[in-house]
Amino acid sequence: MFEKALKGNNYYWMWLAFLGFFIGVAVICYLRQYFYGLGLTGMSRDVSWGLYISQFTFLVGVAAGGVMLVLPYYIHNYKAFGRITILGEFLAIAALLMCLMFIMADLGQPLRGLNVMLHPTPNSMLFWDMCVLWGYLLLNCLCGWVILTAERKQVAPPKWIYFFVYISIPFAISIHTVTAMLYCGLPGRHFWLSAIIAPRFLASAFAAGPALIVVMALILKRVANFDAGKEALNKMVTIIIYAALANMFFVGLEFFVGFYSNIPGHMHTLTYLFFGLEHHGHMYNNLVPYMWGFIILFFVGIGLISHPYTRKQSDLWLGLGCASIFISFWLDKGIGFVLGGFVPTPLEEIVEYYPTANELFITIGIWATGFFILTILYKIAIGVEHEVEA
Amino acid sequence: MYDSGKIIPGLIIFVLFITIPIWYNHGDAGDAPKPELPKDAKNCVLPVEDIRANHMQLLNTWRDEVLRDGERGSFELDGKQYQKSLMLTCMECHTSKKKFCDTCHDYASVKPYCWDCHIAPVE
Amino acid sequence: MDKKRRDFLKVAGISTLAGLGGTAVVDRLVSGSSPAAANASGAAQEAHGVEPKAHAPATAPTGKRYGMIVDTRKFQHDPSLGEKVEQACITAHNVPQFPEKKDDIKWIWMTDYENCFTEKSLLYKDEATEDHQVPVLCNHCDNPPCVRACPTKATFKNKDGLVIMDFHRCIGCRFCMAACPYGMRSFNWRNPRPFIKEINKHFPTRMRGVVEKCNFCAERIGVGEMPACVEACGNTKAMVFGDLNDPHSEIRKLLKENYTIQRKPSLGTHPSVFYIV
Repeated sequence: MFEKALKGNNYYWMWLAFLGFFIGVAVICYLRQYFYGLGLTGMSRDVSWGLYISQFTFLVGVAAGGVMLVLPYYIHNYKAFGRITILGEFLAIAALLMCLMFIMADLGQPLRGLNVMLHPTPNSMLFWDMCVLWGYLLLNCLCGWVILTAERKQVAPPKWIYFFVYISIPFAISIHTVTAMLYCGLPGRHFWLSAIIAPRFLASAFAAGPALIVVMALILKRVANFDAGKEALNKMVTIIIYAALANMFFVGLEFFVGFYSNIPGHMHTLTYLFFGLEHHGHMYNNLVPYMWGFIILFFVGIGLISHPYTRKQSDLWLGLGCASIFISFWLDKGIGFVLGGFVPTPLEEIVEYYPTANELFITIGIWATGFFILTILYKIAIGVEHEVEA
Repeated sequence: MYDSGKIIPGLIIFVLFITIPIWYNHGDAGDAPKPELPKDAKNCVLPVEDIRANHMQLLNTWRDEVLRDGERGSFELDGKQYQKSLMLTCMECHTSKKKFCDTCHDYASVKPYCWDCHIAPVE
Repeated sequence: MDKKRRDFLKVAGISTLAGLGGTAVVDRLVSGSSPAAANASGAAQEAHGVEPKAHAPATAPTGKRYGMIVDTRKFQHDPSLGEKVEQACITAHNVPQFPEKKDDIKWIWMTDYENCFTEKSLLYKDEATEDHQVPVLCNHCDNPPCVRACPTKATFKNKDGLVIMDFHRCIGCRFCMAACPYGMRSFNWRNPRPFIKEINKHFPTRMRGVVEKCNFCAERIGVGEMPACVEACGNTKAMVFGDLNDPHSEIRKLLKENYTIQRKPSLGTHPSVFYIV
């Protein structure tokens, strides 16, 4: 089916070339980092994870978000999702590949990556994260491919595939739960040490993932003559609204626990993220604009997608609303959550993190690679749809 | 055969390309390396064939015993005590990394990362 | 009817298998919660009387558990001691000194009292804590979170209770750095070789991309010497090193005679470094 990715109009090739440019830049930047070391990033012994791991964390959520299509379609037999479930599965593949690239970019000794399998360590959450991420990636490749092939041949998918479809659902939950466990099981990092992290991750994932799929579906409607269907989009928006509200509820709970209990360790990071933290007469607040961006974009987004007019009449405003939610939750989880957790340091000093240009280009390049893969996968999926229709 | 005009030259080019190392060196494997042996020591920790073939496994075993199992005990050779150490035992006799280690490693084109951390004798 | 029964049997069989597999994993997780010579400890915590017994390992202490007492009063009396201790460690372990703070690698260093003991109230500081610093180093926890986090067993607890690094195996994921509640781990952000002032040929350097930290001088105590920092203190007894599991050791005697504190004991890591304030 790959041949479908080789035929496209000028815009298709221009888009791929555009992404290819950023991929090329990132390859050069990565080679620089590979030969110099991670010192080319803004990370330090105090903020030891930066953009790479924060993007990884967010993208695991995007990958898990696809399950919000798989679950209603395969478990509840919700037919309206029939056409776009494949979009969710392919988005998961692209997002997981981005995750793996971000992990590789973050390793100090990437060539030794296989040590995780040579010396398996069940007490490390990173080991389990590797297991579930690879598992979910393979499941999505398998299910997506088999079901698309069946659709192309206009036959019912083979029965055995449903076994893998069903186990992919708990896998989707597990990838983000285990990713949350990377953080919430660490003693002494008060901001992360919270049982609500895994549910909060899932809630924001179930909003951000479908939001991206809605945006994609609306774009595909314009550029690829692919209509996901009004009913499907409407249902997705409902899912996004509830999941987004749940996420904000959980964030609110964090605030309550921190500030009502008045325990300094529980308040420090929240204060740093939203208001800036003063320490020895200096105000540290470099993440404050991002966090207020998160709050404002959430309200903008939720307002837009809840309003009957945008939901029924306007693709443009609906798209903007979903994009707002996606960016909002990216600011929350892809910036604030990981970077904020390192402030203050275990020695209660404050070190702020600023990514370097090299690091930014690698990050952008990995996102571009993800969208490159996504474009090709969607091209194939839609090619098959058109072929069946014709 | 369809397109034989393209396939056969293509195959020839491919074969020539992957055999570059052979014809570039005129089929000559080069002289076998001659690592400089220590003058004042007769015996190595293992017989010469063993150490030549398995020194990397021995170093890994020493590493795991010393570091991971904490077995730092010494062993005796020709009436002298030695530690399980690359820096302090091997390089005591083989005083030159360039004239000993590198001669074979360069010939075989292997780049062990020992010396990224362990300190080679001053030359 | 028949068909349904067959389906039921299939489902039941699969769930039994899954259940069995699941329990095996759980068992493994529970028993392997701290690998290597996991529970070398015990006696010290009970004697110290801080830790609830429920947390103490059930087995009798078998191996050694090395620990240290830092007498901060001695560091106040002789302010040059801190510098001596830092230097001794840097020389002993080829610790690089970078011009930029961002690249910092530290094993043992002097820091303010409130950075060392973040949980202690400091509304009105006494002069001693106001003016003087205390040394911080890896606590060689009996229940180390870094060892739990490491996905390759590159950091592990050895049979003497030391938490040490196998630099050959470290992949540089820095999970241990996030896991350490004391901030005692450093990463080689770039090649450290050019930044080592004088090379000590008895200890390797590191390569870029691996994590490092204080190893309690495992290479020295393995051959019966004292850690470099303890040696640098001379006979001031500012730092006393010994086996916490040996009731007759000097360190146990000092623990009996003095009121000591640990860093962040509430986290249940059971640090092996004690401070006399």
